[in-house]
Amino acid sequence: MMASSYNAKDEDGHISVSGPGGGALRSKKPENTAFKQQRLPAWQPILTAGTVLPAFFIIGLIFIPIGIGLYVTSNNIKEFEIDYTGVDMSSPCFNCSQNFSWNSTRPCTCTIPFYLEQSYENNVFMYYGLSNFYQNHRRYVKSRDDSQLNGDVNSLQLPSKECEPYAYHDNKPIAPCGAIANSMFNDTLELFYHPNGTKVPVPLTATGIAWWADKHVKFRNPGENQNLTAVFQGTSKPVNWRRPVYELDSDPLNNGFINEDFIVWMRTAALPTFRKLYRIINKKDNMVPTLQRGNYTLEVVYNFPVRSFEGRKRMILSTISWMGGKNPFLGIAYITVGSVCFFLGIVLLLIHHKYGNRNNSADISN
Amino acid sequence: MLRRIRQQLGFDPPHQSETRTVYVANRFPQNGHYIPPRFTDNRIISSKYTIWNFVPKNLFEQFRRIANFYFLIIFLVQLMIDTPTSPVTSGLPLFFVITVTAIKQGYEDWLRHKADNEVNGAPVFVVRSGSLVQTRSKNIRVGDIVRVAKDETFPADLVLLSSDRADGTCHITTASLDGETNLKTHFSVAETAVCQSVSRLEALQAVVECQQPEADLYRFVGRMTMTQHDEEIVRPLGPENLLLRGARLKNTKEIFGVAVYTGMESKMALNYKCKSQKRSAVEKSMNTFLIIYLGILLFEAILSTILKYAWQAEDKWDEPFYNQKTEQERNSSPILKFISDFLAFMVLYNFIIPISLYVTVEMQKFLGSFFIGWDLDLYHEESDQKAQVNTSDLNEELGQVEYVFTDKTGTLTENEMQFRECSVNGTKYREVNGKLVPEGMTEDSPDGSLPHMIGDELLFLKAVSLCHTVQISYDQPDCLVSGDGDPFSHANGFSSNHMEYFASSPDEKALVEATKRIGVAFTGSNGETMEIKTFGKSEKYKLLHVLEFDANRRRMSVILQDPSGGKMLFTKGAESAILPFTTTGEIEKTRLHVDEFALKGLRTLVVACRHFSPEEYMDVDRRLNSARTALQQREEKLQEAFSYIERNLHLLGATGVEDKLQDKVQETIEALRLAGIKVWVLTGDKHETAVSVSLSCGHFHRTMNILELLQQRSDNECAEQLRRLSRRIKEDHVIQHGLVVDGASLSLALREHEKLFMEVCKNCSAVLCCRMAPLQKAKVVRLFKTSPEKPITLAIGDGANDVSMIQEAHVGIGIMGKEGRQAVRNSDYAIARFKFLAKLLLVHGHFYYIRITTLVQYFFYKNVCFITPQFLYQFFCLFSQQTLYDSVYLTLYNICFTSLPILVYSLFEQLVHPHVLQNKPGLYRDISKNSLLSFRTFLYWTLLGFCHAFVFFFGSYILMGEDTTLMGNGQILRANRQLMFGNWTFGTLVFTVMVITVTLKLALETHFWTWMNHFVTWGSIAFYFIFSLFYGGIIWPFLHTQDMYFVFVQLLSSGSAWFAIIIIVITCLFPDVVKKVFYRHLQPTSTQKSQVLE
Repeated sequence: MMASSYNAKDEDGHISVSGPGGGALRSKKPENTAFKQQRLPAWQPILTAGTVLPAFFIIGLIFIPIGIGLYVTSNNIKEFEIDYTGVDMSSPCFNCSQNFSWNSTRPCTCTIPFYLEQSYENNVFMYYGLSNFYQNHRRYVKSRDDSQLNGDVNSLQLPSKECEPYAYHDNKPIAPCGAIANSMFNDTLELFYHPNGTKVPVPLTATGIAWWADKHVKFRNPGENQNLTAVFQGTSKPVNWRRPVYELDSDPLNNGFINEDFIVWMRTAALPTFRKLYRIINKKDNMVPTLQRGNYTLEVVYNFPVRSFEGRKRMILSTISWMGGKNPFLGIAYITVGSVCFFLGIVLLLIHHKYGNRNNSADISN
Repeated sequence: MLRRIRQQLGFDPPHQSETRTVYVANRFPQNGHYIPPRFTDNRIISSKYTIWNFVPKNLFEQFRRIANFYFLIIFLVQLMIDTPTSPVTSGLPLFFVITVTAIKQGYEDWLRHKADNEVNGAPVFVVRSGSLVQTRSKNIRVGDIVRVAKDETFPADLVLLSSDRADGTCHITTASLDGETNLKTHFSVAETAVCQSVSRLEALQAVVECQQPEADLYRFVGRMTMTQHDEEIVRPLGPENLLLRGARLKNTKEIFGVAVYTGMESKMALNYKCKSQKRSAVEKSMNTFLIIYLGILLFEAILSTILKYAWQAEDKWDEPFYNQKTEQERNSSPILKFISDFLAFMVLYNFIIPISLYVTVEMQKFLGSFFIGWDLDLYHEESDQKAQVNTSDLNEELGQVEYVFTDKTGTLTENEMQFRECSVNGTKYREVNGKLVPEGMTEDSPDGSLPHMIGDELLFLKAVSLCHTVQISYDQPDCLVSGDGDPFSHANGFSSNHMEYFASSPDEKALVEATKRIGVAFTGSNGETMEIKTFGKSEKYKLLHVLEFDANRRRMSVILQDPSGGKMLFTKGAESAILPFTTTGEIEKTRLHVDEFALKGLRTLVVACRHFSPEEYMDVDRRLNSARTALQQREEKLQEAFSYIERNLHLLGATGVEDKLQDKVQETIEALRLAGIKVWVLTGDKHETAVSVSLSCGHFHRTMNILELLQQRSDNECAEQLRRLSRRIKEDHVIQHGLVVDGASLSLALREHEKLFMEVCKNCSAVLCCRMAPLQKAKVVRLFKTSPEKPITLAIGDGANDVSMIQEAHVGIGIMGKEGRQAVRNSDYAIARFKFLAKLLLVHGHFYYIRITTLVQYFFYKNVCFITPQFLYQFFCLFSQQTLYDSVYLTLYNICFTSLPILVYSLFEQLVHPHVLQNKPGLYRDISKNSLLSFRTFLYWTLLGFCHAFVFFFGSYILMGEDTTLMGNGQILRANRQLMFGNWTFGTLVFTVMVITVTLKLALETHFWTWMNHFVTWGSIAFYFIFSLFYGGIIWPFLHTQDMYFVFVQLLSSGSAWFAIIIIVITCLFPDVVKKVFYRHLQPTSTQKSQVLE
C-alpha cells in the first residue's frame, strides 16, 4: 500500500554517500533519543501470583464487608406490593377491567383492602408498576417531540414527524404529541388507613417525583407565564386523554408539560416490566411512623387498560435506603466476588509457594 | 510498404505495427502528407494522483477495499430506509477512516511527485535547430539528439550516434539496471560516428526503424537508414548500439545519441512492473476473522428478524393500543418490510465489524515502521546508511520468518576482494603495506622489495598483471587523448593513481590492484598491446590470443609476445583446473598452500605459464585460428585446441584473495538458526568457493555431514542421487546434514522430483545452492512458498540478480551494497549489513508481531463487547431495533473512547526487553507459525468478548432491578431522591461499564507502561466521563431529541450505580487475571520466563 513500485529518485543508481565536498550533507545517523530507540522509561508489571496475591486479598477483604452492608441495607427496606389488574373473578377490579371502554364517561372505581404487617418508618414511596408494557419499543421511544415539550411554540403548532400517528387529530396538532404522551398512565390511586374501623386518607405528595433537571430545564410550558389555556388554544388533547394537558393539575407549577406525573411517564422505561414513582408519603413527625401497621384500602380509578396485551398493574409501597430501593443482588454480588477472590488468593498462595521459586531459576530452553 | 502508407494515413494505430520509425532530429520527410506519430514524452510518472483527480480516484481506490465498501453500503442503507441509528453513526467513522487514509496516501503521493519532478526536471542538452539547447529531461521527444557528458546518466533510451572518440565507441556501466559494474563498450554506426559536432549532426539525414518498446534489456533490433549524397545506406542496429536510460556514461567525454524510447516506454521504466502486493500472514488471518464476524453479524440479523416476526404474529405485541403504526407503515408491502427489517438489524449490529480496524492497523504500521529507520543498531556508521522501510505492510511478517534465502557475495561478504597471500615457487608470501613479505619474515625486515623481485617472483607478478580482462577508466577526462594518438601516451605523463580498474570479476580487479601496489602496474591495453610498468619501467606486450574463461575449463589464458619477442602463455584458474596440467614448478608445495588458503576462506587461483618456441607457437596459432573459424562444431574444436595449448605448464604460484566476510555473519546465522529459521545460501559462485565461504561463515559446521547433489546430467541420475541422499539422512539422523546443490542439478530436481527434493531439503539444517541463475533463485523461493506447509520466506540480497528472489519471497530485504540500488529499490526493507538481520527479525519482527496481533484481536474483542448488549437488548424490546446506546456513543466508541490506548499500545509495547530478545533467539519460536492469531486465541478473545458483554448487560439488568434500586441517593440529596431510570440511563450504565472494562482489559495486556500508555489509558476513561458530563449537560439545539439530557449526571449521582460499575468491572477482569496468573505459573512460555529474568 505504502511503497510505490517505482521510485524515480533512485534512478541513477547512486548511493548517496556524503562524498567529497558533501560536507554540507547531514549524516543520516538516527538520533539517540529514548523515544526513537524505544528505550522510554517504562513500568513493566508482571502478573505473577506474588504480585496479584495482595490485590486478591484486599479485594476479598473489602468486598465481603461491603456486600454484607449492602445486603443488610437492602433487607431492611420494607416493600409492599399489590396487583390490582383484576384478572381474577374474585379481584375487586375485575369488573372495571372487563368493562373497559375508551369512551365511557363514568369512571370505574374499585377498592382493594390490604393489611400492612410492619409499620413503615421514614418516607414511603408509592409506585405503580406495569408489566408487559413495552415502553422501550423503538416506534414508541422515538414518538415524542422534545422541542415541543421544551416549550417551543412552533413545535406546538407543527409537531415533529416522529409523533405520527399521534401528531394531528381533527387537523389540529396534538399537544403533547406522540405515542408516549398519548398512552400516559391515568389511573388514580388513593390510599386510606383504617384504624379501628375509621377511614383516614393518607396524604400523598405529587411533587418531587421527577428529575430536577427534567422538571426545570427539559420540560417547559410554551409561552412563559401566560395562561396555559390560551397557549394551548388551537391544539388538540392526545386522543386517549380525558383531560387536556393544561388541566392535569390545579397547581400552576405542576400543570401542563411540567406536570410531574407526565414527566415521569415521559422517561421511557428500559424494560417491559417497570415501576414508576407515583406519590411520596412524607414523614410528618419523628414520633409516629409514616405508615402504621394495620388495615388499609387502595382506591383505584380504573382508567388504564392493560388486559389487551396481558399486562399487569401493581401498586408498590416501599421505603428506601441510601442505596436506593430493595435489591439484594448487589450485596450478593459483592459477597460472592469477595469470597471468590479470597479463596483464589489462598489457592494462589499455594501455587506461589510451590512454583514460585522454581520458576525464577528456570532457564529458557532453546 | 502498404502498411506503411496506411499507417501514415492513420488507418493503423501506431502501436499496432511492429516497428516504430524515428526521424533523427525530427526531420520528417517533406512530402506533405506525413503525419508524425505520437510518442509518449520523456516524463517518468510514478505518482498515482494529480491534484485534480486525487479526490475521485482516491475515493474509488478506497472503496474498492471490501471493508470500506461494506461500510459505505451500510451508510447508504441508513440514508435510504428507516433504521434505528442515524446515518451519522456510521457516516462519521467512515468519513474519519477515509480521511485519515486519504491524508496518508496523499502525503506519499506528494513525495513521489517530488521525486518525479526532480528526475523530470533534470537539465539535459538537446540539439535543436542547429545548436545545443539546455532543457529539462521531460522535454525530450523521440527523435531528439541528446548530448550526454561523462558520468551522467542517459535520460532516455538512445541510439548512439557518435562519441568524442574517433571510432565512435563509448563505455557505460549498467550497475543500476542489472547490477553489473564492469564497463561495457557500445558502438555507433560508422557513418554517424564522424558527426562529432552539432553542425555535422545538423547535416545528418537518418531514420531509425526499431521494434516497439519491450522490457527485455538485452534485446534491441533495428536499422538505421542514412541519406548521404542522395544515396541510402542501411545499417543494422543491435543492443550494442543502444544506450539505456539509467545507465551511466563512463570513460568517455561526451556522446550524442538519438532518443528512441522515452519516458514510461524506456526499457528501464518497462522493467518496473507493478510490484505484486504482498500481504502478510496477519492480514490474511485478519480477513478470515472478518469473514467469521460477518457470519456472526448475518446470523444475529437473521435470527433477530425471524424472532421479530414470530413476536409480531400477534397483534397485541405488534400493535398494542399505546403504540399504533402509521398508515404508511401498515400499508407497505410485507416483503419490503421484511427486507428493510433485516437491513435495519444489519445496521444495528454492523459495529461488530470493526470499522476503524483497518485504519488503525494502517496507522500502526505506518508510524511503527519509523522505529526501524530510527534504530541506531541498524545504522551503519561507515557508509552512513540507516535501515530503510519501503513498505510498512509487512512489519509483522518479520516476526514470522521460517526460511531465509540469502545471497552470498555482497550479502554475507563485503564484496570487497582483497589480495592477501600468494605462493610463489613454493614460498608463501603475505602482502604487507604494499610489499610481499615471505613467510617467516616480519614486516620490518630490511627494506627494498626490489632486490627480492627476481626471476620467478617477477614473472609471477607479471603473469598476474597480464592475464586478465580488466579495463581501465581514467579519472581525469583530459588525460584521454582523443583521436588517433598512442593510447598509452597518457600513462607516461600521469601518475597512475588516477586509474581505476573495471572488471567483470572482482577477483581479477583485486589481483591487478595488488600487483600495482607491489610494483607491477597494468597501465593499459588497446586490444592489441598490453602495457605494464614494472617498478617504473614501462613494458609493452603484444596480445596475441585470449583463451576466454569458461565454466567447464575454469581457467583463462593469454598468449603474449614479450618486448624481447618471445611468445609465452599465461594461464590462471582454479587449482583443480590447472595443477593436473603442470609439469614443472613446486607443484606439491603449491597444492598444500592452496589448501591452506582455502581453509582460511580465501578464494584461490593458480597461475602458470608456458614458453613457446617459434615452432610451437606456429602450431598453436594455426590450431586456434582454424578452430575459431570453423563453421561446424566450433565449440568442441575450440575446447580441443584450448586443452592442447594449456598443458605442459610451468607452475608459477597461487594467489589467495579474500572476500572479507561481513562482520558478525557467523553470529547472525547462528542466531537465526537458534530462532528456528532455516538458512539457505543461494549463490552464483563456484561450488568450492561457496562451500568454503559457507564453512567460514558458520552456515555449514565442520561436524555437519555434507551431502552433494552436483553435476547431475539426467533426470534419472538426479532422482537416483536424491533417493540415495534421503536414505543417508534416514540412516544417520544424529548428525546434522548440509546439502550442496548446483544450479543445473537443481533445475533437474525441480523439474521432475520436487517432492523428493523438498523432503531432502527439509531434513537438512543448512542448504547451499551454488551456480544459481537469478530466476532459479526465485524458483526455489516459490517452491518453498507454495509447499503444503506454506512457510514464510525471506530473501536477502544486494545485487540485481537477487531482485527476482526478493520480489518472490514473502519478505524481501535488500542490502545496500556496492552493486547498485536495484535490490534495495525492489526490496521491502533495506539494511546496510547482513548482521542487522538478526535485530530486524528477532527484535523488530517480534515486537511488531506481538503488537499487531494484540491489536487485531483486541479490536474484535472490543466490538463484540460493544454490540452484543445491543443484540441482547432486542430480546427485551420486542426486536423493535431500539438501540441501547445513544447515537453519539455509538459513533464515538470506536473513534474516541477506545481508539488511542490500543494505538499507543501497538506502537510501544515490548513484552521482553530488546536485549533479551536478541540474546535469546529461541524466543522467536514462541511466535512462529502465526501462533498468536491461531484459531484458539481468536476463540478466546471472541468468547471473552461475548462473556464480558453478557456480564455488562445482565449485570446491569439484575443490579438495576425494576428501575428503582439504582436511584438517587435519597439520604444525602433530598432533592432528587428516588428517581427512576429510563432506557437511556440503562444504556449509559452498560456503556460506562463497557468503556472502563475494555480499557482496563487492554491495560492488563500491556506490559510496557510508558508515560504515554498511562496518559491515554487513564485519559480515555477521563475523557469519556468529561465528555458525557458535557454532552448530557446541555440541551443541544440542533439535536432532534434530548434523550441524554442529564442522564449521565443522574447516573453518577446514584451511589449504587458506582457500586454496580465497580463490581461489574471487577467481575469481568478478575477471571482474566486469574487465568493469566495460572497460565504463567503452570505453563509459562519462554517469553514469560525471560520477563522474570530481566
